[in-house]
Formats: sequence, C-alpha cells, structure tokens
Amino acid sequence: MDQNANFQELILIIDDEVQIRRLLEITLSSEGYKITEAATGKEGLVAAATHNPSLIILDLGLPDVDGSELLKKLREWFHKPIIILSVRNLEADIIEALDNGADDFLAKPFRTGELLARVRSALRKRQVASEIPFLTFGSLTIDLPNHIARKNGEIIKLTSTEFSLLALLAQNSGRVLTHQSILKEIWGFGYIGQTQYLRVFVAQLRKKIEDDPSKPKLLLTESGIGYRFQE
Amino acid sequence: MDNNDFRPDPDELLASLKLEEEKSKRGKLKIFFGMCAGVGKTYTMLKTAHAEKAKNNDIVIGYIETHNRKETNELVEGFEVIPRKNFQYKTAMVQEMDLDAIIARKPQIVIVDELAHTNAPGSRHSKRFQDVREILDSGINVYTTLNVQHLESRSDTVSQITGIIIRETIPDEIFETADEIEVIDLTPDELLQRMAEGKVYTQERSKEAVANFFRKGNITALREMALRLVADRVDKQLHDYMQLKRIKGPWKSGLHLLVAVSHTQQSARLLRWAKNLSYTMGGDLQAIYVETAYKLNSREKDQLNKNVTLARQLGIKLRFVTNSDMVKAIVDFAQKENITHIIIGKPRVRNLVNLLRLSNFLNKLIRYSGNIDLYILGSDIQTREKFKKNISFPSFTSKFHQYLVTSFIIIITALIFFLLTDYIGYQVVSFALLFVVSILAFFFGRGPILLAATLSAMIWDYFFIPPPYTLHVDRPEDMLMLIMFFIIALLNGVLTSRIKIQEMKIRVREERTNALYQLTKELSTATGVEEVLSIAKNDISKYFKLRSRILLRNESNQLDFSSQNDKEIHLSGNDLSVASWTFQHSAKAGKNTDTLPSCNFTFYPLKGNQMNLGVIAVQQVKIFTQGEEQFWEAFISQISGKLEREFLRNMARQAFLLTESDKLYKTLFNSISHELRIPVATIMGASDSLLSTHHPFEVQNELSQEIFKASKRLNRLIENLLNMSRLESGRITPLLDWCDIHDLINKVAENLRDELAPFNLHIVIPDDMPFVKIDFGLMEQVLHNLLYNATQYALGSENLRVKAFFDNGFLTLQVMDRGPGFQRNELPLIFNKFYRVEGSKAGGTGLGLSIAKGFVEAHKGTIAVENRQNGGAKFTIKIPTEILQEEIN
Repeated sequence: MDQNANFQELILIIDDEVQIRRLLEITLSSEGYKITEAATGKEGLVAAATHNPSLIILDLGLPDVDGSELLKKLREWFHKPIIILSVRNLEADIIEALDNGADDFLAKPFRTGELLARVRSALRKRQVASEIPFLTFGSLTIDLPNHIARKNGEIIKLTSTEFSLLALLAQNSGRVLTHQSILKEIWGFGYIGQTQYLRVFVAQLRKKIEDDPSKPKLLLTESGIGYRFQE
Repeated sequence: MDNNDFRPDPDELLASLKLEEEKSKRGKLKIFFGMCAGVGKTYTMLKTAHAEKAKNNDIVIGYIETHNRKETNELVEGFEVIPRKNFQYKTAMVQEMDLDAIIARKPQIVIVDELAHTNAPGSRHSKRFQDVREILDSGINVYTTLNVQHLESRSDTVSQITGIIIRETIPDEIFETADEIEVIDLTPDELLQRMAEGKVYTQERSKEAVANFFRKGNITALREMALRLVADRVDKQLHDYMQLKRIKGPWKSGLHLLVAVSHTQQSARLLRWAKNLSYTMGGDLQAIYVETAYKLNSREKDQLNKNVTLARQLGIKLRFVTNSDMVKAIVDFAQKENITHIIIGKPRVRNLVNLLRLSNFLNKLIRYSGNIDLYILGSDIQTREKFKKNISFPSFTSKFHQYLVTSFIIIITALIFFLLTDYIGYQVVSFALLFVVSILAFFFGRGPILLAATLSAMIWDYFFIPPPYTLHVDRPEDMLMLIMFFIIALLNGVLTSRIKIQEMKIRVREERTNALYQLTKELSTATGVEEVLSIAKNDISKYFKLRSRILLRNESNQLDFSSQNDKEIHLSGNDLSVASWTFQHSAKAGKNTDTLPSCNFTFYPLKGNQMNLGVIAVQQVKIFTQGEEQFWEAFISQISGKLEREFLRNMARQAFLLTESDKLYKTLFNSISHELRIPVATIMGASDSLLSTHHPFEVQNELSQEIFKASKRLNRLIENLLNMSRLESGRITPLLDWCDIHDLINKVAENLRDELAPFNLHIVIPDDMPFVKIDFGLMEQVLHNLLYNATQYALGSENLRVKAFFDNGFLTLQVMDRGPGFQRNELPLIFNKFYRVEGSKAGGTGLGLSIAKGFVEAHKGTIAVENRQNGGAKFTIKIPTEILQEEIN
C-alpha cells in the first residue's frame, strides 16, 4: 500500500487502554494514517467534533460512558465509518453495535493485518460511490445495472433474489452485514428472524460463485453475526 | 430370681436420659412452696438468694412482691433489680416483669415471685409461668414462689374447702418437673399469730382475711395438702431413682391408668381427680375420648375443648378414638396399652332411659374389661345443677321446619291412602306409611323421624284400624301390628339417622385423608422452595378456607421478613415479633393461643426433624376443633417435612458447590500458573531479545513467530477459562438458530487451518443434510475443541474425519482420528475438568473437553468417546434438534 494514499486520512482512536492505543497508533501510522486519540468517551466525543476524523475506532468498554451509548450519540451527526473494538466477543453486543450504526467490528485480541483490512475497506466504501456499475472480485464480475454476474467470463444463472443478495454483499464488500440487516434489505421487515431463508440462499450462492463451496473465499461466515463478502 | 427381672425398661431409661439432657441445658427451677400466703416464702427465697450471692453467684431480682412487709423489704436491698416494664393497656398504665430484659441480662439466677400470676393483657404470655419457662429455656435458673391452691389439680379441692374460686392456676407439670421444691411450713397457730401481729397484711385486712380465708380449719387442710404433695413428690423421686438404679423394692409402678373423658363439665373434675390418683399411685395416666355418632352441640364442643386443654395442662396424654361403641373403644384401647385401671365418671341419671343406658354401659364395661380395675367417680351436685341449664336434647337438634315438613308428608300420604282405603284395605296402608318414614329418615334428623313414626302410628290407628275415628283397636292382631309398626318405624328412623351421622363422620375423615394425600402427592412432585410454598398456600386455602403466609428461615437461622411481597396477609412489626417468637420457641402463638393472644394472626411453627424451617401465619376465623387441629397439624407437618428436604438439598448443593469451587480453585491455581508462565516467559524472553540485540532479519522473524504463538496459546487459555466460568455460572442458554452444518464445519476448519495443515481432513456430510437449529457459536467452539485436540494428540497420523448426519430427530457430529486413542480406564474421565491424559504433552489445561461437554449438554445433547477398531479415538455428539421442513426457493 502506498503510504501517500492514506495521507489525508485522520483516524480517531477512542480506547481507555494505553497499550491498545499505542499499538493501534504504531500500526496505523506505519500505514500512513494520521492518528488522534481519546481515553474517555467524553474526550472522544469532543475529539470527533473537533478533528472531524475520516474514521473512528471505538472501544465498547469505556470507563465513563457506555460505548454503545456513545456510538448512538456519535451517529446523530457523524456519518463517516466507525469500527467497534471490543473485548466482549459476545455476539449480542456486536450485533447491537452494528445495528446501531457501526460499520464493522474487531474483537480483541485481533491481528493487525485484519485491523488494517477493516480500516481500508471501511474507508474505501466511503470513496466508492454506489453508482459504480461493475464490481470485480477475482474471477467474479458483477454487472449491477443489468443484473448479470459472470464467473470466469461465463454468465452464472442466478434467481433475482440470489442476485439481490450477491449485489448487497458485494456492494458492502469487506464489511460485515448482520443476518437481520440482510433479511430486512432483501426480503423486507416481515422476514426479520427468518434466518432459514438466508441460509438456503447463501448455500445456493456459494455453490454458484465459489471455486470450492466447502472452502468459501468470497462469501464468508461471521459466526453468530452475519456474512462478509471478501474483497 | 433371674437378674433380668431387675433390668430397667430401656424406653424408660432413654426417656429419663433425654429428660436429664434437656434439663441440663435448661435453667433449673426452684420453687418455694407453701400452703398459703404469709408463711414466708418470699422471705425464705430472698434469704436463700443472699446465701447464693455470698457464694459469688450472679443473682438478680426479676420481679418481687414484698407486700410492704418490713423484713422482706430489707432483704431486697443489695440485689440488682431489673426494672419492670411499663405499658399502656387501654386507659391504664400497667407494670409487668420485663422478660426480654432478664433474658438479655442473663444472670445465673433470677428471682421471680408469684409463679401463678396472670399477666396483664397485651403481655407476651398470658401467664407468668410461661415467662418462667422461657427464662429457663434460655438457660437461666429461676427462684420462684407458689401456693398449693394454685396447682391446677388442687384448685378444685381448695375451692371446695374454702369456698373461694381459684382463678390463677398453673399446670401441675411445672410443679412436677421443678428441679427443687422447698416447702415453707408453719403451724396454723404460728401463721395466725403472724397475721395478728400484722406481719402479713395490715391489721385491717388481716381481720378480714382471717374471717374469710385464714380460718384455722382451712389452714390445716391446706397445710396437709401441701405437705402431702411434697411427700408424694419425694416418694415419686425415690421411686424414679429405684427404677433407674434397678433397685428391687415395693414397686408401685406397672400401673397404667386410663381416664375416659367426655364433653361434660364433670369430665374436668374427673381429669383432676385422676391426675391426683395417678400421682399418689405412682402410675402413668392417659386419657381417652371416644367420638361416637353422637353430634355435639356448640356448648358441648366448647366444653370438650376446655377438657382437652385441661388434660394438656395436667400433662395427660389424650387420645381420640372414633367408634360408635364406646365400651368397645375404651376396652380395646385399654388392652392395647396395658391399662390396669380405667377411671370413668358416674353419668347423671335423670330418667329411666338414661338409667337404662347407664346400666347398660356399666354392665358392658364390667363384662368386657376383664381384669382391668374400674374406678367410677361420683357426680357432683354443684356441677350437675350448673349443667342442667345447659341441657338440650341433643338428638332433637333438627330445625323446626323439618318437623313441619315430615308431619306434612305423613299427613299427605295418609290422605291419599285414606281415599284408596276402600280398594286396598287398611293393612297395606301401614306398609305405605312405614315406607315413607324410612324414606324420610334419609333426609331428616332423628327428632323429626321420631315424630313421623309416632304421628303415622296414631293416624293409622285413628283413621284406618277399625273401628275408624277412634284410637281403640278391636282385634288383637291389629294391636300387635300397631305395636310392631311403631317399633319398626322408630328403629328404622333411628338406625338410618345414625348411619347417616356415622357416614358424615367417615366422609369428613375421608375428605381429610384425601386432602392429605393430595397434598403429599403435589408436594412430592414439587421442586424448589417457591413451588412448595405456593402449593402449601393453595391447599391451605382450599381445605381450611384460610389465608396464610409462610415466613422462612434464612441462612443465619433467623426468620426472613424480606419477602413482603404477599398482598393477602400484611404483617405489622408487632406481628413479625410474634412470628419470631414462634420460630425461636417452636410453639404456636398469637390469636387463640396462650401466648400473645392480642395479635391478629395465629402463628404455627414449621418444625422439621433437624431444624426449624419457619412460621406459618394464618388468619383464623374460629378456633379449630380438636379434629381440625389434628388435621391441621398433620397438614403443616407434611409441608414442613417437604420444606426441610428442600432446605437440606439446597444446603447439600451449596456445600457441594463450595467443595467443588475449592477444588476448582486449587486445580486452577496449579494448572493455570504453569500454563500462564510458559507463554509469558516466551513472550518476555523473545521480546527482550528483540529489544536488546540486533538480530538478523530471519532471527527477528523467528522470535516474532514465537511471540505470536505464545500469545495465541495465552488467548486460547483465556477463552477456555471464560467459557468454563460461563458454564460454571450456569448462564449458558443456547441461542438456537438455523444452521448449515457445512458452514459450521468449514468455519472450524478455516480457523484451524494452521493446525490442520499436516492432516487430510475428510468432511462427510450427506447430500440431503437438512438445516438444523443449534447455537452456531457454541457448537463452533465444541467442534473447534475436538478438532484441535485431534491435531494435538493424533500428530503423526494422516487422516482426520468429521462426519455429520441427521437421524430420527438427532443431529450427530463425529470427530475421528487415527492417533493412539485412550487407555480403557481413562475413557470415563476425559470429560472431567482439568483431567489430562497421562503422558500428554505440555500445553493445555484439561478444560477443552469439559467445555465441549458443557456446551453440548446446554443443547440437551450428549457427547461420548470410544476407541476406534483400527486405532484412534472417535467422539460422537448427539443433539436433539428440529430441522427445516419447508421448501425455500
């Protein structure tokens, strides 16, 4: 990655643990990001308003305010990506944060490579205008306006629901989508909770787009949370 | 003679040991006993107390009544006096002994004057002897004073001698079980002399007293009574001693007395007399009440209750027996209990019927009692007269309109047959009337039936038997028939109504048995204290029509008042203190009892075999009858029993958890400290090396790898510990959601990519594998642990196999390796916490498999392990699950 490409990007880290902040700072600045830090929720809120960062990495376990409350407050006006960082790897917390407007999550302990990938995709998502009609993932290309997906140049036969699902995931590639948000988006409000639909279509989609459906490389499962389309 | 003949009865021995043991825990009671007021009991008591004080014993005055006698007043000085408690009763201020202050002060000996005193209303106990009992129970010795006339069994006789009714009495049991009795004796002349000198009362009152109570004849009689009582006591003690020490002597015992009690006032006297007799004879005494078909009216019920209470106060064991044949019931019981003497009262004879009945009763009793002696106590004029006013012919308790209805029906029947008499003849009419009387007997009491029988006989005679319209009967066969008619009608009616009453009693009994059975059944299936409480509450309201509230003990053996969530019965602070008292003393208290009767609720203790469980408060509308009380006690003892089992089970569980957590803690400490130290040492060493030395890139890389590995190992440990603690706390509830098994296994395989690298992993899933409902996260962890273990222990082998299929409602997951497998004796142990296979390599805490087991069990599933035929281990998980039936396209 070209360091200059990230030159303007300012990332706000809100975490009370000095060591974690230090680690994030080293890792991210080595990739060319500018960093600003906050140790408490209040400081974080002020810093977000002052510096208007391109992305916020927010720890859910803060000493002064509840992280999910802070998230809601931030989301009232802050529309750029927020990545949740949490030692709580309980699915319920993560799902709640995602439903409250977080873009992605990382459970501590995490691999730095993973962190960077999440940050990159979150930032790029913002850059990529949704109008871009063609998406390419390795041998898979998706022609959004024409509702056509190709693998190795050959058209894949997809039902309209399958295509909608693929398009939704692909447009949010690199980012986790919760089960419920996908159900809501593709099937509508009445289908929230009906995860069996999702399972069936994900399995079908995998058979059609993956090289080896038993070792998915594109459509990945986030245990208990949702799916992520790999970039 | 054979030595065995002197052997004391083991039961008796046990009883006396138990009594001694109980006594040693309790305080000792010393009674200064006299024939009447003025003999110097209080004076002697204080003298004795001074002597004790001189021996450095801690002795205080709880309550003293000096009657302003100069000598006595002087003796009080030098003692600590516990201030009396003042409290408001209605408009007056009253003073009573401060029971709680005495118990709190806890001296060695407390002086409490006038044992027979009746406390002012609003005190905890209605009688002072109850206060004294409580003091004794708390381990404090008591000195007290008592006059002979206050003994329950003597009060009657004293009343007879002196003509003064004694209201303040104490149960004989207190006197009998007192540890020491000191009799204060004075000759009547000396006493009168003292009175004359004004040493007892003021001159004025003395004269009055001498005229009324303190006549020389009276005093002599009272003196004799007091001295005899004490002599008897000495005698009894000697006897007890001989019995205990197997001294052969003139045994008086072997005497077992039985007194038959009825619902009459006379029985009260009978009880006292029997008590005296048994005391003098040195035999034990029981009482029996026979419940017959006879229906008690409310006054008789009251008297019966009084008699029962009296028996209890006198320390007589009273048995209730139901039998329509009174003689048979008494004799049967007597034979069973080896009774040697039966005591009965001579019933009042008012008329011929009663006389017949009495002689019949006595004859039968004499005939059947065999070698058992009979004592028949004469009736007493005074009580008889009092009683006469209370008399009502109990059989005729039926309401007035019942008489009207029966008469009306007889007349109608007669009228109908009168019209038919030309066709069917007059004789048949008798059968018709008889038939009607028999039918009526099913619906009406004895009185109306007697009336119906008489009426129908007269109607038949007057209107039907020729010559009609006269009572005269011409033909002798008609006369015979008329007499037979009357007798049959009567018998019919009486027998039927008796059967009816008997039936009713049986039904009540049946209902009670049934209720108890229901309760037992419901309780047997109940789990947890909460459920037991709700069953208890429901059944009490169902069978007793009472609102109730149960207060339970807490861990520190106090009543727990915190559960104030009950809307039905709200207990005030005062009520709660009564509840506490009930709990501590395991005796009932509150309304309709001797203790704190001013309270609105009645409190019964819930007693278990090993501990007191709590208290049940009920709002009693009326006092229980004897039968109801027994039923109630049986009922709450069932509840207590169940509650105790629940409590004990909880305690056992807690104890188990405690030892478990202790064990866990120790193992954890040993295992974790090692497991933590290794990766930490690696990280420290490697990073230190990176910091201090400039290594070539390859070495740097290798060191970083080591750090990374060590931190992964640490992370795994932490994950395991967190999962274990989640399991331990029981907070695991699987969030079931539809799951594609392919997805699950692929995910686990992906996470373990590095570890699986040296193996060939075969995933076997049938094509028609349905979606199942499981908790993805938990099962991922389970599979992860199993597969990770396989990669660690089957290292060097090639193939690993994960198999999944659905069969008959169960999801089966299998993980198979070709490693060394397990030793046969290890197979049952490997799911245990911290269990590690012998000789297993370093790294690992022995938690992985127990976590897997816990998570599978959270799914209500099972996990098993076996060795494979050609080597290796096979883990099989079976989880009950629903599958996706609907077609989705």
